[in-house]
Amino acid sequence: MSERARLIVAVLTTGVVLGTLPLLGLPAFYESFLYLVFHWIALATSWSLLSGYAGYFSFGHGAFFGAGVYTTTTLAAAYGVPFLATLPVAAAVAALMSVGIGAVVFRVKRLRGELFGLLTLAITFVVATIVLNTRLDGGPGVYLSNVPLPKLVGSPTGTFYLLALGLASATVTGAYLITRARLGLGLFAIHDDEDVAEVEGVPTFAYKLVAFALSAGVAGIAGGIHAMYVSYVTVGDTFSITVPLYVVLMSVLGGARHWLGPAVGATLITLSLYTFTGGEQALLGRALIAFILILVILLLPAGVVPTVLARWRAWRPRRVEIPAATVMPLAAVAGRGSGPSAALECRDLWKSFGGIQALRGVSLTVAPGEIVGLVGPNGSGKTTLINVISGHYALDRGRITLGTTVLSEGPAHRIAGLGVSRTYQIPRPFAHFTALDNVALAASFGAARCTPGAARVEARRWLEFTGLGRRATALPHELNLHERKFLELARALAGRPRVILLDEVLSGLNPTESGGAVQLLRGIRDLGVAIVFVEHVMRAVVELCDRVVVLNEGEVIAAGTPVEAMREPRVIDVYLGKAHVGA
Amino acid sequence: MPSATLLGQALVSGLLAGGLYGLLALGLSLSWGLLRLVNLTHFALALLGAYLTYQLGHVLHWSPWLAAAAIVPVFFALGMGLHVVFARFRVTEFTSLLVTFGLAVILESVIQWFWTADYRRYETPWASSSIRVGPMFVPVLELFACLTATVLALSTWAWLRFTYVGKALRAAAEDAAIAGAFGVNHRRHAFMVSGVSAAYAGVAGAFIALISTLAPAQIWAWLGVVFAVVIIGGLGNPVGALLAGFLIGVSESITMAVAAPAWAPLVSFSILIGILVLRPERV
Repeated sequence: MSERARLIVAVLTTGVVLGTLPLLGLPAFYESFLYLVFHWIALATSWSLLSGYAGYFSFGHGAFFGAGVYTTTTLAAAYGVPFLATLPVAAAVAALMSVGIGAVVFRVKRLRGELFGLLTLAITFVVATIVLNTRLDGGPGVYLSNVPLPKLVGSPTGTFYLLALGLASATVTGAYLITRARLGLGLFAIHDDEDVAEVEGVPTFAYKLVAFALSAGVAGIAGGIHAMYVSYVTVGDTFSITVPLYVVLMSVLGGARHWLGPAVGATLITLSLYTFTGGEQALLGRALIAFILILVILLLPAGVVPTVLARWRAWRPRRVEIPAATVMPLAAVAGRGSGPSAALECRDLWKSFGGIQALRGVSLTVAPGEIVGLVGPNGSGKTTLINVISGHYALDRGRITLGTTVLSEGPAHRIAGLGVSRTYQIPRPFAHFTALDNVALAASFGAARCTPGAARVEARRWLEFTGLGRRATALPHELNLHERKFLELARALAGRPRVILLDEVLSGLNPTESGGAVQLLRGIRDLGVAIVFVEHVMRAVVELCDRVVVLNEGEVIAAGTPVEAMREPRVIDVYLGKAHVGA
Repeated sequence: MPSATLLGQALVSGLLAGGLYGLLALGLSLSWGLLRLVNLTHFALALLGAYLTYQLGHVLHWSPWLAAAAIVPVFFALGMGLHVVFARFRVTEFTSLLVTFGLAVILESVIQWFWTADYRRYETPWASSSIRVGPMFVPVLELFACLTATVLALSTWAWLRFTYVGKALRAAAEDAAIAGAFGVNHRRHAFMVSGVSAAYAGVAGAFIALISTLAPAQIWAWLGVVFAVVIIGGLGNPVGALLAGFLIGVSESITMAVAAPAWAPLVSFSILIGILVLRPERV
């Protein structure tokens, strides 16, 4: 049985066993306590879908929880809708609210981390104010004691217990499946470097919205159930700081990037809160939990579950699942390329940043199987050109096509999906991904579009191809510059591109290393890939490039074979100054 | 539509309430802007300062001004002590939020332990006195709080603008590594900022004790509004924090006068949301 199947069976078995508990006639006291544990597991796990995986810390989980509370309350108490029928509506209302908020705030560039947190906190207060001042509540709170509770089992507490158990197991199973699916992979990449994720082909905007909606939807259901459980809801209690803070604490304590982390954190915190109930003990308990939180954050920043797992693996190393290395001959790669090769054509590209005109009418064509060198002094627009082709910057004017497809209108992830990939001059690997996972991400989101399993096999091949086979399990910070540069290259290749944009892949390498890289690039060119090669190492440019385009101050000043271009008087002016004219 | 007098009175009380918001925001803005630490403990320290003022003044019958004078140096030291923890564990902008939240909860428990959750009120002769300006009343204590906030904001601005330490701090906030290469000892200056910020919390606390009724949970009551003020004013910008305090205070009190008091939070948070969405580069 695979690891995945075993884990799903384990979660389901636990669910069924726990599900039979109410039939055994457990005292209501235990059922109520376990209800709270599951309630917090569902809330904390749902929170981590966006905030833990993608790193957008939300302090607004209370707003979605509250939306669920008041949807169920209003429908059940004022309109007599059956309680269970209100739960899907509660989920939908909360999810729609999050999509509305996300559609606005995720368009804001530079809105990360703590700003998103404050924004969502502010939204919670706004929602609370609106509920308080409208007929939804109006101030005094609403009673649900007249709403009939369906009898799933004998006691009401047993019913709540089962509802919360169902929600918690569904949420944890869902979280597990997401972390193993393309969505989870994309969210983790967004966490590490959102710009790079987009350029590698991750539809970042859509993924964030989906994660936000799922997260809010679960919170909405949890709110709906909880409204019935407490049977008297007030704005003060519903939208208090408790929900957003507890879910953050639970997730961070357990490990927000792990599917099981929030559930473990929720169980630990609910248990310890429970140990200290009543008067001075409660006070002491709260202070103790706060103290533990501080210790965990300072000493175990990754959370309990990832830390324990790391210790366990260090103690009992298991065979790391790396697909067997099957070195592909280049010809085999060529046969399985991504669609017909096509020429990249840039026509009259303009781009300015404030007052600086970075590109002034640049035109450029790269045929399949051709290496075009892009040279020019620093600040001449080479990297900007790569950034507009890959879709990172929008063009002011001009048109970029790949074969018959227009690239210049699409978002960056669509351009990557069409078969354009790039490397960064300063390598930007995803910091929490191993070398293998870095490449696998590109294979699942680029033009190759592999399933996550196939992507790892594919990634292994490209690591072998670039000579990084033995470093597959290393994290980026364990690699040296040479290896990180080749990791960039492997990542660009794994997307099965038709066009590769290489931004100074050779700079910083010693002559032997750069000799190896030149061999590698020739091999890639022979696969029928069009290569744009930005480089300062002139020896490599002359050796490798079929044609050279020289940029200066955003304009093409010369083009032709390397030798021709270097003889152009304007090129000599730019590189050596004008003194030679008078001499 | 309310009368002109009512609106005028709303304007005055808004400005005065805004002064207190600005005073609370001042220290928070300094540590966030200059040290990149989001310090939730600030609110707990302010409330602790308020309770200490209450204890010294109401129970031990000190003069409140003497109490404040005693609290400020103690809080300065407390702030420096806090920074020892931040510096030792290299707390980042994000983890600072969680760590200081934990500290705030601990302080809340400590306050509740000593003073219980019951409301406490520090009665002073000034509490009910006010100056009459035309048809409007200006409460003396709140006016004094507002003036103190203005003086502190302006002198902090001058400190950052004209002194060597101020310039060094601003340089280090831009890029600590480069500032360090030019000989700026950011670690030492950081202790100072942390101390000053905590001392401001003490000052704010003294006024809170004099002006309002105390309860431990009040730590969280200001959280949203003061964060709105800090962000609207611009991080590390003392005069901005004060002006933003006035803006929020006035907009809240006008809302209270025109609509209902319960609608007031909507205004400040809508302003905050608007700024975060439209001008995120301010933060």
